[in-house]
Amino acid sequence: MTINGWLQIALFCALLIMLTKPLGLYMTRVFEGARSPLSPVLRPIERGLYRLSGVDETREQHWLAYAIAMLTFSFAGFASLYALQRLQAMLPFNPQALDAVPPDLAFNTSVSFVTNTNWQSYVPETTMSYLVQMAGLTVHNFVSAATGVALALALIRGFSRRSAETIGNFWVDMTRCVLYVLLPVSIVIGLVLVWRGVPQNLNAYTDIVTLEGAKQTIAQGPVASQEVIKMFGTNGGGFFNANSAHPFENPTALTNLIQMLLIFSIGAALTNVFGRMVGNQRQGWAIFAVMMVLFLAGTLVAYWAEAAGNPAFAALHIDPLGGNMEGKEVRFGITASALFTTITTDASCGAVNAMIDSLMPLAGMIPMVNIMLGEIIFGGVGSGLYGMLLFVIVAMFVAGLMVGRTPEYLGKKLEAKEVKMAMLGILILPLSMLGFTALAVVIPAGTDAMANAGPHGFSEVLYAYVSATGNNGSAFAGLSANTPFLNSTLGLAMVFGRFLVIVPMLAIAGSLARKKIVPTSTGTFPTDGGLFVGLVVGVILITGGLTFLPAIALGPVVEHLAMQAGTLFNTGN
Amino acid sequence: MLHHIRPACTMIVLMTIVTGLAYPLAMTGAAQLLFPRQANGSLIVRDGKPIGSTLIGQAFAGEGYFHTRPSATTDTDPADATKTIAAPYNAANSGGSNLGPTSQALIDRVKADAAALAAENPAMPVPVDLVTTSASGLDPDITPAAALFQVPRVAKARGLTQDRVRQLVAAHTEGRLAGIIGEPHVNVLLLNVDLDGLAFPVGK
Repeated sequence: MTINGWLQIALFCALLIMLTKPLGLYMTRVFEGARSPLSPVLRPIERGLYRLSGVDETREQHWLAYAIAMLTFSFAGFASLYALQRLQAMLPFNPQALDAVPPDLAFNTSVSFVTNTNWQSYVPETTMSYLVQMAGLTVHNFVSAATGVALALALIRGFSRRSAETIGNFWVDMTRCVLYVLLPVSIVIGLVLVWRGVPQNLNAYTDIVTLEGAKQTIAQGPVASQEVIKMFGTNGGGFFNANSAHPFENPTALTNLIQMLLIFSIGAALTNVFGRMVGNQRQGWAIFAVMMVLFLAGTLVAYWAEAAGNPAFAALHIDPLGGNMEGKEVRFGITASALFTTITTDASCGAVNAMIDSLMPLAGMIPMVNIMLGEIIFGGVGSGLYGMLLFVIVAMFVAGLMVGRTPEYLGKKLEAKEVKMAMLGILILPLSMLGFTALAVVIPAGTDAMANAGPHGFSEVLYAYVSATGNNGSAFAGLSANTPFLNSTLGLAMVFGRFLVIVPMLAIAGSLARKKIVPTSTGTFPTDGGLFVGLVVGVILITGGLTFLPAIALGPVVEHLAMQAGTLFNTGN
Repeated sequence: MLHHIRPACTMIVLMTIVTGLAYPLAMTGAAQLLFPRQANGSLIVRDGKPIGSTLIGQAFAGEGYFHTRPSATTDTDPADATKTIAAPYNAANSGGSNLGPTSQALIDRVKADAAALAAENPAMPVPVDLVTTSASGLDPDITPAAALFQVPRVAKARGLTQDRVRQLVAAHTEGRLAGIIGEPHVNVLLLNVDLDGLAFPVGK
């Protein structure tokens, strides 16, 4: 660990804090329907979209209608993406003449992009045509992210409204998010990425002869336009197999910093939107502080483990100060790789700039734990905030038990229904993550896919279901996931992890919106101070710890101990 | 229920037009206009032919060239399409080794590479980036230490003084952005192109 490393981490935190308030203000105005400087251009397009699709933007929806609209839209997206992949051989923008995507892989990929997971069982540069990358995958990078933000807004309205039957209009929230937030940033930052070297073309792959006379085929494509929304919408699906480690996706340390900020910016800004909409920005900052504490803890462990390097290298005349560089890029080095890995799994992004499979055991544990906790540390766009608010409800319930008083949060009484629904949303995750893993590690269809033997092989399978359920999409990528068994079960895990959390969450939103707001009294537990932050952090860690500790012990912890003892494992398969 | 189907289907089509066609095609147009070199892959052209991309690493084996890092990229086996073969720096199939830290295969590979390098230059500890594969398998860079480590070999093969080669390495060493962001690195392809430009014969 170096002083420069700490400086890079501090710089990132400072930039994130500076972004939170202005973006939060802008987003609040957008979703309240206020005019923005972009309105003269975007408002006519917005109105046209509503008119063509028969949406009445002035009509708000009950939580159930909101949920059905979201589910119907997601299903339509799934169907169109599946069709595009199956038909790509007959469609234009396919200069490499790639064949149709097989059915189980097309199913997995469609679910994956519609649920904002972007798990990739395939190698993009040898599987997906430019048309599928643009009109299929890029589209879902936008709309699945906008769907997440819309859902978070619905829950915020549950807290901020009193005695209301409706929680907003899904179509309006989703459309405004795409047009006013995601598109403008993607255009501007996308061009910055091109300036720094990210390609944006429709050319066939370039064949060259290298200095030493060998042939090299350089994959090309419309990379920048997908790269920027992949990060900003916390999608994470790379244009290339190596994702943000590929020099064309992430050519310099500057683009790397921009990408890390893009991942967290909406998640952080939504805490501010939350504060503004419930009428007290300090409430938003308290949530921000919970996230920041957990983020720094994860970063510290990952950075420490990676900087320490592999003890098995010590006897081999190798410079010990280099750290663990297997699966890392020189331009990012240890610090920016450890930081990126923590960020991408705190959020539900799942892009990687270093191979998670080759991290030190305890560093590899951090992304796993981040996802297991529900990706609530700034989190996926929208899903991070609503996931966090589920934990806040449970934390306030625990606080209520301690003092023997009906728990309330922001003036809303939290009753049996809300607490039950919050627990349901939280328990879906371990059920899917651990249940599927337990199945996969006892049948050959699961164990055959492992690339590493011993505890590391277990980690590969556990990570896959954790990542799919958490809609993250990053991987211990040695796992050969492109098999019918894994494609199907991982697809199901993505569906469970997305929609079985959303429905109870929207039920809470609807139920809260209907309630009155009770005025604060001297007996009200203040939810904008250090005690609240500590309580929520505690509840998150205890819930996560009790649920996942045994599984973590079998994977990364055993591997760490084996490594310290000098044990090595033969490769699986 | 039924009244949600029309907006769902129409919206997905409209969003495909806006974000899936208009946006990427407009971006392609703007990028080609503003930054044509970068937008087309930052290709280096020598004598009218592209010889690589500044951003994509190449494999080097000759003694007179600086070597890039080991690469774990693969290609389809021409003899059997269901199998893969090692193909370092395959820029149409990026990826890492995905070997875990306790993998016997990883340690065996590193041990062999480190022993070969230590024999080549016993004066310095082996820089870790020269014995580890990168995440993309296409890393265009090595650390300054890894470049300096190779100076004696390159200088000898080219009949140059070590100081002259070291100067060239220093000229190609890029520091951190604003002194803080990223890590110092040396672009191997650009360095080797300049080495060729010194007009000394390449020792093979």
